Amino acid sequence: MILTLARKELHSLFAAPSTWWMLALLQFILAWFLLARMDDYLQVQAQLAQTDSAPGATISIAAPLAGALALLLMMLTPLFSMRLIAEERRNQTWLLLASAPISVTRIVLGKFLGLLGLLSLIIAAGGLMMLTLLLGTPADLGLIASNLLGVWLLAASYAALGLYCSAITPQPIVAAFGALAVSFGLWLLELGSGVLRVLSPNLHFQNLNVGLVSSADLCYFALFIAIFLLLAIRHLRREQEGR
Amino acid sequence: MTSPVTLSAQHLTRFHGRQCVVNDVSFVLRRGEVLGLLGHNGAGKSTTLQMLAGALAPGAGVIEVCDFDLAQRPDLAKSCLGYLPEHPPLYRDMRVDDYLRFAARLHRVAPARLAEHLQRAKQRCGLLECGHRLIGTLSKGFQQRVGIAQAIIHQPAVVILDEPTVGLDPAQIREIRELIRTLGDSSSVILSTHLLHEVEQVCDRAVILRQGKLIFDGSIDDLRQHSDIESGFLQLTADRTQEETPP
Repeated sequence: MILTLARKELHSLFAAPSTWWMLALLQFILAWFLLARMDDYLQVQAQLAQTDSAPGATISIAAPLAGALALLLMMLTPLFSMRLIAEERRNQTWLLLASAPISVTRIVLGKFLGLLGLLSLIIAAGGLMMLTLLLGTPADLGLIASNLLGVWLLAASYAALGLYCSAITPQPIVAAFGALAVSFGLWLLELGSGVLRVLSPNLHFQNLNVGLVSSADLCYFALFIAIFLLLAIRHLRREQEGR
Repeated sequence: MTSPVTLSAQHLTRFHGRQCVVNDVSFVLRRGEVLGLLGHNGAGKSTTLQMLAGALAPGAGVIEVCDFDLAQRPDLAKSCLGYLPEHPPLYRDMRVDDYLRFAARLHRVAPARLAEHLQRAKQRCGLLECGHRLIGTLSKGFQQRVGIAQAIIHQPAVVILDEPTVGLDPAQIREIRELIRTLGDSSSVILSTHLLHEVEQVCDRAVILRQGKLIFDGSIDDLRQHSDIESGFLQLTADRTQEETPP
């Protein structure tokens, strides 16, 4: 039942031309970024070779690429997530789901998984791009894996946040701006200093970005996703019950 | 009339904010019956139907569908229900076949029987020719048919139709009414409308709502006994205009 909904969601994401445009643009930017980093690295490679424990190709090229992908997904995920529930309400199709024998929890999970499917595809494409390093040099596959895991968790967090924003408003655009504003705010928290930094998903991504997979970070992401999904479920349920 | 009860609503009440939209409404629906829910605009018809379909939880009251309590066993009760809301819930960017398949899966039709159900629903609603068309490119009449097909694809015991003929041309209205009458052979049907002659033509029984209260529940013949049916309805809802002054 959840999968039926997830598949339908993925299908309708790919039915929109804007999705294809965004995917193409994203690939273009990533490829550009990869080549630019590679260029920089090749220029300083001769000097690096003379120093002890010089940074390798993976941490100089693949890790920044993952950082760029994370930033791009922060901006793109709200555009994908805005329609999930808000548009169903606006088109009155929400009643089809609400009157079907499927609980609100499953609706929310199905939609979340559908969006996560699309994001996973994007991240897989980014991963393939990182693996092109193997054509010219041995790469640190562990570091690449931890980076991909980090981006994936970050994207899933943004998807959960976007889903919640989409659940609380009938206007997709408002949902997109809301999700973007919150994720931008969380990003700024990371740039600042103080205790609040630990709230930012980006801080936890930094660890994975340098290859450090710690259970604390994984728990943080799991909590972040669970909280926003639960908030969305709670909101929809209360709405059905009329406060 | 001794056929089994397929849907029963007891003491339904629902508030929107502080305004009471549906006030202590009770009625039952039996197998093979077509029930007309009649009332003026704003009488609480759509809200009542949304509650029956499980899309809104009633503030108070109990709904049972095929002996399953809608609040306690929502999944079982809802799989016996088909619902067409006021605006057909269509995804404009999907093809008719894909949409109906999705609706069938949502309503737990077994994958092996999917093709059979799809074929039957399309045949009943006259959609055999347009399975590959995008829903957004269909005319309003055909979109309404897709909406009805969606409500009957899992062959539910109870079909709930909210104003199924609004905005259609006379020929389409006649076709939809034919369809509703054939639906009444296999399922129980509730339809809401503010058109009296529609109830007279299609329904076996009528329930009249006024300002959220049930003011009439009986057969069409009973309604006719208020002399002529038109004046009967007007008589029953006569003091509406005095009470319903806009705030």
